[in-house]
Amino acid sequence: MTLSEMNAGEKAIVTRIEADGELKQRLFSFGLRKGSHLKIKATSIAKSTMEIEVGSTLLALRFEEAKRIGVQRA
Amino acid sequence: MNELIIALVGQPNVGKSMLINSIADARLKVGNFSGVTVEKAEVRFIAQERSIKIVDLPGTYSLNDYTQDERVTKEFLENEHYDLIINVVDATNLERNLYLTTQLLELDKKMIVALNMMDEAHKEGICIDHELLSSILGVPCVKVSAATKKGIGKLLNRTIDISNFPHEKSKLIYSDVVEEEVEKLSFFLKQKRYKTELPYRDLVLKLLQENPKIYHKMHDEPIWLEFSPLLKESLEHLYLHHETKDVGEIFAEERASFAKGAVTEALTCKKSVSQNMTEKIDALLIHKFFGIPIFIFLMWALFQLTFELGSIPMDWIDAFFVSLGNYAKTIFGDGELGSMIADGAISGVGAVVMFLPNIVILFFGIALLETTGYMARVAFLLDGFFHRFGLHGKSFIPLVTGFGCSVPAYMSARTLKNDKDRLITLFIIGFMSCGAKLPVYVLFAGAFFSQEHAGNVLFLIYIAGAFIGLIAAKFLKKFVFKGVDEPFVMEMPKYRLPSVRLIWHTVATKAIMYLKKAGTFILGASLLIWFASNYPKYPSIEESFAQKIELAQSVEEKATLENEKAQLLLEKSFLGIIGKSTDVLFAPIGFDWKMTIALESGLAAKEVVVSTLGVLYALGSEVDEGNESLIGALQGQISFASSVSFIIFVMFYLPCMAASIVFTKESGSYKYLFYLFVFTTVIAWGLAFVGYRVALLLG
Repeated sequence: MTLSEMNAGEKAIVTRIEADGELKQRLFSFGLRKGSHLKIKATSIAKSTMEIEVGSTLLALRFEEAKRIGVQRA
Repeated sequence: MNELIIALVGQPNVGKSMLINSIADARLKVGNFSGVTVEKAEVRFIAQERSIKIVDLPGTYSLNDYTQDERVTKEFLENEHYDLIINVVDATNLERNLYLTTQLLELDKKMIVALNMMDEAHKEGICIDHELLSSILGVPCVKVSAATKKGIGKLLNRTIDISNFPHEKSKLIYSDVVEEEVEKLSFFLKQKRYKTELPYRDLVLKLLQENPKIYHKMHDEPIWLEFSPLLKESLEHLYLHHETKDVGEIFAEERASFAKGAVTEALTCKKSVSQNMTEKIDALLIHKFFGIPIFIFLMWALFQLTFELGSIPMDWIDAFFVSLGNYAKTIFGDGELGSMIADGAISGVGAVVMFLPNIVILFFGIALLETTGYMARVAFLLDGFFHRFGLHGKSFIPLVTGFGCSVPAYMSARTLKNDKDRLITLFIIGFMSCGAKLPVYVLFAGAFFSQEHAGNVLFLIYIAGAFIGLIAAKFLKKFVFKGVDEPFVMEMPKYRLPSVRLIWHTVATKAIMYLKKAGTFILGASLLIWFASNYPKYPSIEESFAQKIELAQSVEEKATLENEKAQLLLEKSFLGIIGKSTDVLFAPIGFDWKMTIALESGLAAKEVVVSTLGVLYALGSEVDEGNESLIGALQGQISFASSVSFIIFVMFYLPCMAASIVFTKESGSYKYLFYLFVFTTVIAWGLAFVGYRVALLLG
């Protein structure tokens, strides 16, 4: 499943990231990579953006980007 | 001894600017948002008899040139001359910060790590063994707190110490797999007694990271024949182990695990706080349903405050300048000199200074938004909405900054990675009315709307401007700057209470700049306007009027004639001639030539609009003793519909000269400035026309 299918309050482990080079590097530098633990903190109205917690970093990303992040419920 | 050049590097929101402030007490802007220090800021000072220069580089999450800002940092670190790096890290978010640190270690320069925000880390129950961390990284780590100014002296001393000792290689090590391959390949190079400037280890690592320069060089050498199969084999091993053929990704993973390892060892305790402050605030501020209404309420409150609170001292300042003008006339007489000083200098400058309280309140509000971390939340809330209009959630930051001043707004658009997204944002920043336009609105709202409604009108003006901006963005995205969307991934920094000192600095600097501008540029412009409106002289007209006035029977008749004379002379002045020759363009939207001139002079700076009105209407209303204030003069001489039209035109037309120059620089071409001129003028004129006609109908 992908991150976009998760709901606020759930926890997950990243299994794969299907992004192109730059975005992938970006996610890496935010601490988001294969094996990272994350928690969905909130989603915005109409499910356009979500806030996730990776380590002690809070990240905002679009559902479109979340679709490219494969996860496994934890 | 030579100057010691230090590069200050760190991720965004780690308190880098605050640190440089604490070191040198420099007046740098500190913010909580990604990339506030877009410009390369430098500080020079002397410590321990050494002259030191610190270059504050834009915050960067990694050295991967993702945004323009990050490119600036990367290019500086790779190409410019500097002696030492101070890597500022956020002690409360060590692992992610050390990712950048590992990349910096690869640069192989003298370096020191400043563990910033130790005070906060203590509060969160985080303890860091900085000596252990130093030995893992192979570079000294110093605990500091920029906010409480602890450890700053020590950091500085260690920095100078390091600069005096020879460089030691860092202890950055990779996983066993990588290290094995490095060992193998280095051994081969050693056996071949291969000659190179770089140490074998560095050379091999660069090859494994597919550094094109090194490949290019070695490719033409005899050793390549035997070496290349070995290298290929090593890479295959790495691919196999990491399950990917992307070396960028492989080394990213390597760095991340090094950072993780370092943190696991050096972080000696971490209390888990169940729900910290940021979470509690976020639960409310980014609430699914309440988030956006709260934001709109906060903005509304800011504009209400700007008007209501600002209007109190405004009246005093206005009264002060009116009496100062009268006083000047008693000293310098009613002649040319008196008129120049009272009607030119004092009226013009007074009209601008009058709005200082409003400006201060507005900048205070924006500074609060910027430094608390709320901006990123709003970007999060609004991205979905913005996206529909072809904008990026991050565009929100330049747009809000635009409410203060367009110049920094244009610059902060650099955080947008995608060129087309950036151009769209640049084009509509001007629609977010800047602080200098505020006086025009306050003046007209105060003159033509009742006191209770004026604040709401102000809010409406700003909202309408922003809304038209969104529609314009949609238009640009659809027809002009078509292209793929930039991904939206951004950090939401922790909420931090901004220090009073910091807010004070920001607001005071802005206020001083505003006053300086009033005392120099606006003063000059006012005198110019005064001159252009008083010359050339027409003695014959003056004489004929003098005779008529002489013959006049009643006081009223005299007053009317005086007024007529002043008006006629004004119309025949240089300014009148210019205004009259261009006012055909503005007649359909209800401007008289005075408004036309005010508008045209506003191309230089928006503050000039009110100062010009101040000069023009002070001259015209000389005889009308009953009502000397500018507001009174406007009420008497401009219709409601014209004023609506004027406000609308000011909302959308070309930003000031300084902003236009920055716009050209940021957009990269004069061509875009021309487009901007056409784009804004068409919109401003069209909407002003509609507004004027509607207002006429409403009466």
